[in-house]
Amino acid sequence: MVAQVIAPVERFGTVILDRVEGWGRSWIFIFRTIISIFTPPYRLQLVVQQLYQIGVLSTLVIALIAIFTGAVLAVQGEYTLSKFGATAFTGSAVALSLIRELGPVLTALMIIGRAGSAITAEIGIMRITEQIDALRSMAVDPIKYLMVPRFLAGLIAMPLLTAMFIVIGIAGGYVVGVGLLGLSAGTFMSQIIASVAMTDIWSGIVKSIVFGFIFGWVSCYKGYNCGFGAVGVNRATTQSVVTASVAVLVTDYFLTSILTRFFM
Amino acid sequence: MISVQNIHKSFGTQVVLNGISLEIEDGKTSTIVGPSGVGKSVLLKLIMGIMQPDKGEIYIGEDNITKAVSEYEKNQIRNQIGVLFQSAALFDSLTVYENVAFPLVERGKHSRDEIHARVEETLTSLSLSKHSLHYPEEISIGMRKRVGLARALITKPRVLLFDEPNTGLDPLVGQEVYDLIKESKSRWGFTGVVISHELPEVFQVSDTVVMLLGGKVVFEGSPAELESSDNQAVQQFLHGRIDGPIRIQ
Repeated sequence: MVAQVIAPVERFGTVILDRVEGWGRSWIFIFRTIISIFTPPYRLQLVVQQLYQIGVLSTLVIALIAIFTGAVLAVQGEYTLSKFGATAFTGSAVALSLIRELGPVLTALMIIGRAGSAITAEIGIMRITEQIDALRSMAVDPIKYLMVPRFLAGLIAMPLLTAMFIVIGIAGGYVVGVGLLGLSAGTFMSQIIASVAMTDIWSGIVKSIVFGFIFGWVSCYKGYNCGFGAVGVNRATTQSVVTASVAVLVTDYFLTSILTRFFM
Repeated sequence: MISVQNIHKSFGTQVVLNGISLEIEDGKTSTIVGPSGVGKSVLLKLIMGIMQPDKGEIYIGEDNITKAVSEYEKNQIRNQIGVLFQSAALFDSLTVYENVAFPLVERGKHSRDEIHARVEETLTSLSLSKHSLHYPEEISIGMRKRVGLARALITKPRVLLFDEPNTGLDPLVGQEVYDLIKESKSRWGFTGVVISHELPEVFQVSDTVVMLLGGKVVFEGSPAELESSDNQAVQQFLHGRIDGPIRIQ
């Protein structure tokens, strides 16, 4: 009877302890990765390779998403603002939405889905095929060799892709707003110039850097600690995408609150 | 010499190694055998220093790898070790040439010409020259093992560890790997540790055989002594009998 009562409590305790241990391990992991950035040897070539994988190969999908996001924002903005006779502000609505919110968030979610899952799967497969053990046996630190280039590339690529997303998104909004909905080109652009402040741009940049940090941390950590076999890689990849996406959205709320309250 | 002294290792409540001690003399090859799950690969990882024992010490020559605290200290000792992994563990994104050159490139102590000369020499000696530009996915598993061996030998290690070198190979390719091990040993000379299930084929590369069971060493001696041992567990394992003291897990 006592055992029946204790068993669920024990299981609950084990789950909590596992979670706390995993949380601690992930912090040690990111701490080691950050320290490794500043210690030689520096592998610039690997960072460039990863920038190509994460950044260059993502440009097409980012451009495609951005153009349609901007277009949808223009249509929705024009519809909503027309109820108040304020369609002149459509350009502002498109630009501010993209710069402050949708640019960083949608770029991060797309990069997590495209490159984050690939990083987790690649490192996970390296783990289960003993390639990571092979690195260590050859006196090569896997954190430095595998994680640092991917982490740095994520940090660099994310703000650049976000900037690209915003520019292409505004262009998409312009084409639909001016070309299809008949808004004035001059008003569209002048409202953007008038309403977008430097703090808005900084807000987008800060968010994209933080999301780049989350992207690199989660996708590398999940791959490095992946379980056994194909199931382990599958689970790690799913967890990586879900965890990083949720972390981005939750962090976005807190960042928006802090940045709006203290820096706007 | 490799000296393993009173090594204990557990995972949670499961005791895997329970006071293992063994010594392998310079230039000799010792084969570690035993049923699956007995801790052979764990012992190999402990020797490599990529796993830490709960208790006990492991010396590679004069260096105690279990007492090396930092990765830097461990790496100094690992520089004396080469490993042929079960799956060869080649890097998919690198060619055969780049895989073999990798340890020398990463050490950063050799000029490009020196690395090229060493890689060419090793590839030629293992009949891999014409595959140097191939990627691991483009060559057979037997060939991959050969590349793995080339990568392990390129640094001229004092100690070479083989984790089930013949797993997944047909008997002919398996024999080829044994021949390569024998040939490499006579050519380069190293102290070897082989993990294997392949009895008695593996005896051709073994000076001594160590059998693990229940976390302990139950036999240590020459292959001939193993074959004539009156230990029931040894005979059961050697002849692949179902009945006996070893319970299949």
